This record gives sequence, structure tokens and C-alpha cells, in this order.
Amino acid sequence: MKRVGLLLPALFMIGFFMLLPLGLMAYVSFLERGVNGGVVWGSYTAEAYIQFLFERDLDDSLLLNTDYLQIFLRSFTLSCITSLLALLIGFPVALYMALQPKPYRNLLIFLVTVPFWTNLLVRNYAWILLLRNNGLINDLLQGLGLEPLRMLYTPFAIGVGLTYSYLPFMVLPIYASLEKIDLRLVEAAFDLGADRRRALTRVIIPLALPGIIAGTLLVFVPCLGAYVTPELLGGGKSLMIGNLIQNQFGAARNWPFGSALAFVLLGIVLLAMMLYLLRFRRTPEETT
Amino acid sequence: MNLSSRTDPLWRFAGVRPVTVLFFAYLYLPIIILLVLSFNLNDSATIWTGFSTHWYGVVLGNDDILRAASNSLLIAISATLLATLAATLAALGMSRNTGAAQQRSTNTINGIISLPLIVPEIVTAVATLLFFVLLGLQLGLLTVIIAHTVFCIPFAYLPIRARLVGMDASLHEAAMDLYANEWLTFRRVTLPLLWPGILSGAMLAFIISLDDFVITYFVAGAGATTLPVYIFGMIRIGITPEVNAISALMLIVSIIFVSLSYLLGRSRSSG
Repeated sequence: MKRVGLLLPALFMIGFFMLLPLGLMAYVSFLERGVNGGVVWGSYTAEAYIQFLFERDLDDSLLLNTDYLQIFLRSFTLSCITSLLALLIGFPVALYMALQPKPYRNLLIFLVTVPFWTNLLVRNYAWILLLRNNGLINDLLQGLGLEPLRMLYTPFAIGVGLTYSYLPFMVLPIYASLEKIDLRLVEAAFDLGADRRRALTRVIIPLALPGIIAGTLLVFVPCLGAYVTPELLGGGKSLMIGNLIQNQFGAARNWPFGSALAFVLLGIVLLAMMLYLLRFRRTPEETT
Repeated sequence: MNLSSRTDPLWRFAGVRPVTVLFFAYLYLPIIILLVLSFNLNDSATIWTGFSTHWYGVVLGNDDILRAASNSLLIAISATLLATLAATLAALGMSRNTGAAQQRSTNTINGIISLPLIVPEIVTAVATLLFFVLLGLQLGLLTVIIAHTVFCIPFAYLPIRARLVGMDASLHEAAMDLYANEWLTFRRVTLPLLWPGILSGAMLAFIISLDDFVITYFVAGAGATTLPVYIFGMIRIGITPEVNAISALMLIVSIIFVSLSYLLGRSRSSG
């Protein structure tokens, strides 16, 4: 009984102010849209989900509309590219870190985590200074006698910003897996005549796989729901899911549609998490 | 990997070191450039003409920024206290289960507590906004404090829980053997040992609250503009040296806090 009492405040806060609102959001996605924003309580419709794929013609017939689907696809593509880039950079870094002497390793981990604790907005703003037309990178290019490039407000800028924002999430779990590997296994591979490449691909990478998958998930999930980076570095032009959702609660004033989009995003994220847990099941106690 | 042969040439994988150097350059160059440019004399945000702290003066003389900063502080302090209290109690509650029957509920409870870490921020923001509107709560400081408390709980919980798990259970037993009652044992044994975990959890919660933008943006309403929300508005209007200075200030505050938390952790493990 005492255990329940101690747990109550935390569980109440998260249950009442997060779990319940998520349920409400799913409910709102099936409501009718109010004329001046808001919703009509008690009036149910699947319009928000229909709107995702179709638009209504004048005579109320449904026409296929792929605008929203394209935004989802763009978000997926950008998130995949970002995760891949983060993996290509993150794995070698994690491997280097895992092979350093202990005090130096701790310092490196600290240096990887510092940017995570600084403001996301500010970090993305720094990239505006670098990428904009008369920004530092173009100054440098012109100084070298090269043509300036148009970088800000392009998908390229979003990719750079997303990779920058979430790269530490890739490095840390991979490092955690690598650090736990029993080095004798790798030594055995060397003794059995494997060169470094084979030791890497046949022993180290398979053993680090849980960390690699966890890192990919930790980068992919926030990318998919990103709002700040596409807004600041994409100029709101190359919309991603996050901007589309925000827009429904801002200018578009379509709460059921915004809720439906958020609900679908949540569904995708939870599905990815569940697949991960099924494959690499561990108790949370071990992972913390 | 825990062998002394770590430094053996056999373990040197080609290309790993240069990638790491480039990685840290990529991670820190934008931050350093922003810090340097915040001391720029020029009216333009990126053309360097000379050293000056002029723009910091402009920032500190801007009433809107000061108001946003005081909102941010008020929210962060309230959310930190509430979240740390809830997280400490929860961590203590979790340490009270030993039986196999409770293992199942342990997983569920851990799942619920880490929910704010899993759900994308934009989804939490939407859901929380809808909930406050349904409850008829006026959007303002109170709604922001509630929302921040919720997502700060897991950040405060993890270090406290980790500290508790690493604690020697026999100390607790020894105190009980010496006729300390439950409360005395908690006050004189558990709490002092737990304190570094609580402190580092509170620090993490404080930074997370201070830096949050997306959720605050949705649930703040007009009266509770925080520093990140204000900076977002400034960036949308234009890139100015003033934005550089206020951004640099936020960076410096965060970096100081994380460094303190790191040093706290280090002195703990060595002492």
C-alpha cells in the first residue's frame, strides 16, 4: 500500500496530464470541425482521415489528393537520410570512443552530451548564420573564388540541421553496446586469422546491433516529428509532418485534422518502439 | 571493452580517428561561431568588425526579454521542484518491490514514467493543448508549469533511480537493526546517500524546462511567453546581433549547468 502512495504523484501527473490527453486527442480526431476553429463536441465523423487522402469536389464526390501524403513521404525520406548519415558518422565515433582509456572516454561522453542539453532553437539558429546566402559558408566560398550556393530554406539545410540536432542520440547507445563487448571475443577472431575488417563486420557490428538499432530509432523518431528545424532551416516551405500539425492548430484552424495527423504520427512511433522491444527485449532497469 | 590491450595497435581501425575529429568539429563549430559573433560590434549578424559587448547590453535593456526570462525562470523552478519531488517519491516507491509478482507492474510503471520521453513532442503539445481547452483552463503560466512538470519527471527520475539501485541495501538494514524507525532511517541514511542523485536529477529537469520550446509554444497563450518562445519570434522577424547575444546567453547558461552536473557526478564517483 505504501508503494502505491509513493508512486501516486508521478503516475497521476503523467496519467492525468499526458495519457488522458492522448486519448482525448484520438477522440477529437473523430469529431466534426467547428466553423470558427475548435470542434463540435458529440458530432462524429471520419472526415479528418478522409481528408488525408481525398478532397471533396463541388458535388461532394471524393478526388484523390496526394498533397498530405507527399508531406508524410518527405518526412520519411528526410528522417531515413538523417538516420543513415547519423549512423555513418556515429558508428566510427562510438568505436573510437570505446577504445580510449577510461578517464578520456568519460570526457568524450561528456562532450557528446553537452550540445544535447543546449537549446535546440539556438543550435538551429547557429546554422542559419552558417547557411544563409550572405552567411559564413558562402563568405568562405567567395573568398576562395567560388560561386555562392543557395543552401538555407532547402531540404539540404533541413537534413544538415536534423543530423546536427540528433547525432548524439546515435553515438551514445552504440557506444554503450560497444563498451560492453567482451574484447576476448574480438581477440579470438584475430587469433583465428580474421583481419580488422572481418573482425569488425563478423564480430563487433553484430554484437553492437542492439545499440545500432536503438540509436537509429532515437534519431528517426524525433526527426519524424521535428518542428523547429524544418520551420527555421526549411523556411516553412518544405513542410514536414510537425509543421503540418502545428498549422492545423494555427492558421488552418482544423483541430480534428491536426489531431488525426498527430495520432497517426504517434501510431507510427509506437509501432517502431514495439518492434524494437520485441526484437531486443530487456527490462528498463537494465537499460538505465 | 575492458582490457589493457585497448591501446594495442591491433585495435586501431583506419579512419575512425579522423571521423571523430570531424564529428566534434561539426558538433562544436556552430556553437563556437555563435558565441564569437555575439561579441560582434557590427549591426549585421555575420560580418565581423570588432569586439564589443554592446549587444549584451541591448538584450539586458530589453523589457520584453527580461519579462520572458523571468517567466522562464519561474516556470523552470516550479516545474523542477514539483517534478523532482514526484520523481524522488516514485523512485523510493519502486525500490520497495522485491517480489516476483511485482516485476510485471514494475515494467508497466517504468513504461508510464518514460512515456514523455517516447511520445514525439509535437504530439504531446497537441494533446495537452486539447486537454486544457476541454478543461476550460485559461492558457498561461499555470498550464505551462503543469505541462513542464509532466515531461520533467522522467529526466529527474532516471538519475535518482540509478542512484537508489546502486545503493547498498545493508546500510538500510543496519540502521533498522540499530533501532532507527522508518522515518529516521530515511532522513539519516537514505536521503543523504540519495542527495547527489536528487540534485543531478533536478538540474537536468531545470535545463530541460528552461530549453523547451515546442510544448510551451502550444500551451503558453499570450501571457506566459518564455525565453525560447520569444527568441523564436525574433528569429522569424529577422537575423539580428541581438538574437546572437540572447542565444549565446542561453547557450552559456546551459553549458554551465551541464558542466556543474558533470563535475558533481565526477567528484561523487572518485570520492
